[in-house]
Amino acid sequence: MADTAAIDAAPIAAALPTTRDDKALHRLIFIGIAVLLIVAPLVLYPVYLMKVLCFALFALAFNLLLGYGGLLSFGHAAYFGMASYLCAYTAKQLGFTPELAILSGTATAALFGLVFGALAIRRQGIYFSMITLALAQMAFFFSLQAKFTGGEDGIQAVPRGNLFGVISLADDRAMYGLVCVIFMAGMLLIYRIIHSPFGQVLKAIRDNEPRAISLGYRASQYKLAVFVLSATLAGLAGSTKAIVFQLASLTDVHWSMSGEVVLMTLVGGMGTVFGPIVGALVIVTMETYLAQFGAWVTIIQGCVFVLCVLLFREGIVGLIARVVRRPL
Amino acid sequence: MTTIFGVPMQALFGQLLLGLINGSFYAILSLGLAIIFGLLNIINFAHGALYMMGAFVAWMLLTYVGLGYWWALGLAPLVVGAFGIVLERLLIARLYKLDHLYGLLLTFGLALIIQGLFRNQYGVSGLPYAIPPELSGGQRLPFMFLPNYRAWVVVASLTVCIATWLVIEKTKLGAYLRAATENPTLVQAFGVNVPLFLTLTYGFGVALAGFAGVLAAPIYSVNPNMGADIIIVVFAVVVIGGMGSIIGSVITGFALGLVEGLTKVFYPEASATVIFVIMVLVLLVKPAGLFGRTA
Amino acid sequence: MFGRIARPVTLAALAGALMMGTAAAQTTVKIGILGDRSGAYSDISGEGSVVAAKLAVEDFKPEQHGLKVEIVSADHQNKPDVGAAIARQWYDRDAVDMITDGVTSSVALAISQVTKEKNKVFIDTGAGTADLTGPQCTPNTIHWVYDTVALANGTGGAMVKRGGTTWFFLTADYVFGQTLQRDTSAVITKNGGKVLGSVKTPFPTSDFSSFLLQAQGSGAKVIGLANAGTDTINSIKQAGEFGITEGGQALAGLLVFSSDVHSLGTKVAQGLVLTEPFYWDLNDQTRAFSDRFAKQMKGGSKPTANHAGVYSDVLHYLKAVAETKSTADGAATVAKMKAMPTDDPLFGKGVIRADGRKIHDMYLFEVKKPAESKSEWDLYKKLETIPGDQVFRPLNEGNCPLVKG
Repeated sequence: MADTAAIDAAPIAAALPTTRDDKALHRLIFIGIAVLLIVAPLVLYPVYLMKVLCFALFALAFNLLLGYGGLLSFGHAAYFGMASYLCAYTAKQLGFTPELAILSGTATAALFGLVFGALAIRRQGIYFSMITLALAQMAFFFSLQAKFTGGEDGIQAVPRGNLFGVISLADDRAMYGLVCVIFMAGMLLIYRIIHSPFGQVLKAIRDNEPRAISLGYRASQYKLAVFVLSATLAGLAGSTKAIVFQLASLTDVHWSMSGEVVLMTLVGGMGTVFGPIVGALVIVTMETYLAQFGAWVTIIQGCVFVLCVLLFREGIVGLIARVVRRPL
Repeated sequence: MTTIFGVPMQALFGQLLLGLINGSFYAILSLGLAIIFGLLNIINFAHGALYMMGAFVAWMLLTYVGLGYWWALGLAPLVVGAFGIVLERLLIARLYKLDHLYGLLLTFGLALIIQGLFRNQYGVSGLPYAIPPELSGGQRLPFMFLPNYRAWVVVASLTVCIATWLVIEKTKLGAYLRAATENPTLVQAFGVNVPLFLTLTYGFGVALAGFAGVLAAPIYSVNPNMGADIIIVVFAVVVIGGMGSIIGSVITGFALGLVEGLTKVFYPEASATVIFVIMVLVLLVKPAGLFGRTA
Repeated sequence: MFGRIARPVTLAALAGALMMGTAAAQTTVKIGILGDRSGAYSDISGEGSVVAAKLAVEDFKPEQHGLKVEIVSADHQNKPDVGAAIARQWYDRDAVDMITDGVTSSVALAISQVTKEKNKVFIDTGAGTADLTGPQCTPNTIHWVYDTVALANGTGGAMVKRGGTTWFFLTADYVFGQTLQRDTSAVITKNGGKVLGSVKTPFPTSDFSSFLLQAQGSGAKVIGLANAGTDTINSIKQAGEFGITEGGQALAGLLVFSSDVHSLGTKVAQGLVLTEPFYWDLNDQTRAFSDRFAKQMKGGSKPTANHAGVYSDVLHYLKAVAETKSTADGAATVAKMKAMPTDDPLFGKGVIRADGRKIHDMYLFEVKKPAESKSEWDLYKKLETIPGDQVFRPLNEGNCPLVKG
């Protein structure tokens, strides 16, 4: 039983073959997203939008691992959070320009992903989830005790700085532009990975690991590769968030952050291309507008979890995909 | 005085004993998790929340009904167990045909809800719960002052763990249970009501968590978050022990309590992380865990 | 991709138009209570802060001063990014003029940064970090109730003077705990006491028995708890179990609130010594306020120092706004607040220093024995009053850039 690395109820959307038509549809959606990103700040608050985008990228990265690698990590906060610390530290203490700070954060996440991933993929299924959780907890304790993270105060007042030393990001509009570029790039990269031969092998391993191995694929290498990729992109999201909000704190490394990204992916639809974006939008919006309800936030989140698992396993986008009979 | 690495021998004994007491909590909790996992194939993320609930039920019995510690020790596990049975029937039972990961996600959501509700009702500072008069005070051992209550915790948890093990290994009921773990379809064919078994097992597993909660109430802060942190340590205990054997989870629980106790003497800063470090080492050497069967 | 950058100009115009709409003949003042409504500090912050702010508005009678006061509230969940985002949105879109409460140091520092950037007013009551009036001080922030240095000075200094000359620390192993230990140790040595040792406890810890045994073995007269929240509660609870206070050692809590003591009960917490700037049962005025407060609270709980702080700072802020007649320039309002001496029924007379530190007396309390406690909330007896000019960090030692020389 421990061998069922894959989610049995792999969403229908992901199971459908992608035809040329679908690619055209996806291209249309990408253009649609780009247009939305341009129009959105006219109506909505840019800081809120940037938060949504950072979390959407985080959820996309997580979904790469869960939806296409079949691996449920319960410790993705480690990569997100460690990257945001490193990014904040290099930007504030070492005076890195934002793009270099983001890169250094992302590289840190990649490194963590490599070490943690190498350990975690030694076990499958639930064990894998529990190990990622425990490793992430170690990263949390490290962040709490290490000097450079500032303990529970976090790293505050991180300068947004000047992009390439030229464009000032202090203005929300410039910052928003950069976040959009990073988000689009991340999203397209993930799309490309999913539809590459590498992605096809991943799906094969997810659906039937012994068979993939018997076909000559080194499953553990593929799993490690996708783990590192996912951690790296999660780190990119975390670093960007540190620059946007000008701080890095324990919240980002705490296990409840790991739970949150699972929730986003679940709500949006795991194993769908666009689901995590919708999920992040829903959850961040919920958190923003439920802030005044105080203690009810966690209860509502818990209910969403339960409802999703019981009634709504395909998520929002998965459901739409089934209705329109197209992979999304 | 004899010393080891500069720590007096006698102090060391004291610390080992304390480690054993902490190990008691790990043992009962990981035992419950292991039983549930063995039969239901579900990692019960709500275990910590139900442990917390056990402590709160003890407090409620005292405050609203006037029933003291000894009543609570018997009643609270029943209440928590009954609550668990309702959860299993209404929610968890719907997931058996699906991947186990959904069970993890569902119980994670349940944990959030339970903790949130208690937080709403009782705040987070925690509630007072006194040590029962029969067990207050302590013994002055040659090497330390041992509060009677701590000694009781070790005795109680050892008794429960051994009794559980005996029931599973030595009785007919236990034999059905083990058989149902191996091959539910076959056992059902023999006329055993497997769904009922699953329900009762879940109820029993969480009742153990409730029991641990009552044991904890007089010495730890009774607050809605008390289960959230311990559950992750217990997960690590379970990974180290491997889910293969019931007795394995108990032994690992006690042993890790001892290791943690020693760390508190020699390098206190690391005592929160030492279990995770051991987990990494065990995974490198023996991926299936110390007592686990290789899958 | 950058084509959209030109557009928000229209947005700004739109926002401007909206702002015009809200400006009425009266000066409208909007106060935001940004606290913890769900997490570890919701008992010292939470709904109580909103109640306290409403009572302050009620007592100020804004209509007599040509003001209209609105109160909004939100939960920062103890997450700095959530706190900063709410603060930004309140200032940018909801026309909030002043934020108060701000429990949790990390969140307080984040709100303080945003407030400076937007030139509004932030009056922190709940956070402990002395950095708010130290290296990270701003012309827009006032720190109202207490800080870790004051607690260290209060408990450390007073305990040594009362004969607690040797100390052993249980220190939560992160910046907060270490700072608390460092500051208290300095005070102890300055007053002629001695620190015998300390043990770093991981954060959070549920079982302190092993560390308490080490403390017991040290033979120190005072065991200092350089930790907070659940850690403090657990260590006090287990100290009782191991007979620490009965054995003649005193427990000194370096960051304990009356809500913590209430949750422990006097049976467990008796004999604990701590410093607070406010206690509901200090005098007739605090009792009257606390009764009004308790009537509006679920469970009838008494106000903590943080709640009293919110009442007191809202009152003083409104007095300043009534003088300036405008909330547009946050720094100017804060300057006005610093220029006016403070006076309210809860903290008495006081001043706000150039670095934003509000100065008032603090009190050394001891938790009563169960036999002495007449009611559920009858928790403390006052050991001594520590004058404000002695308890807070001297102005020139904080490295606040606003203080010259």
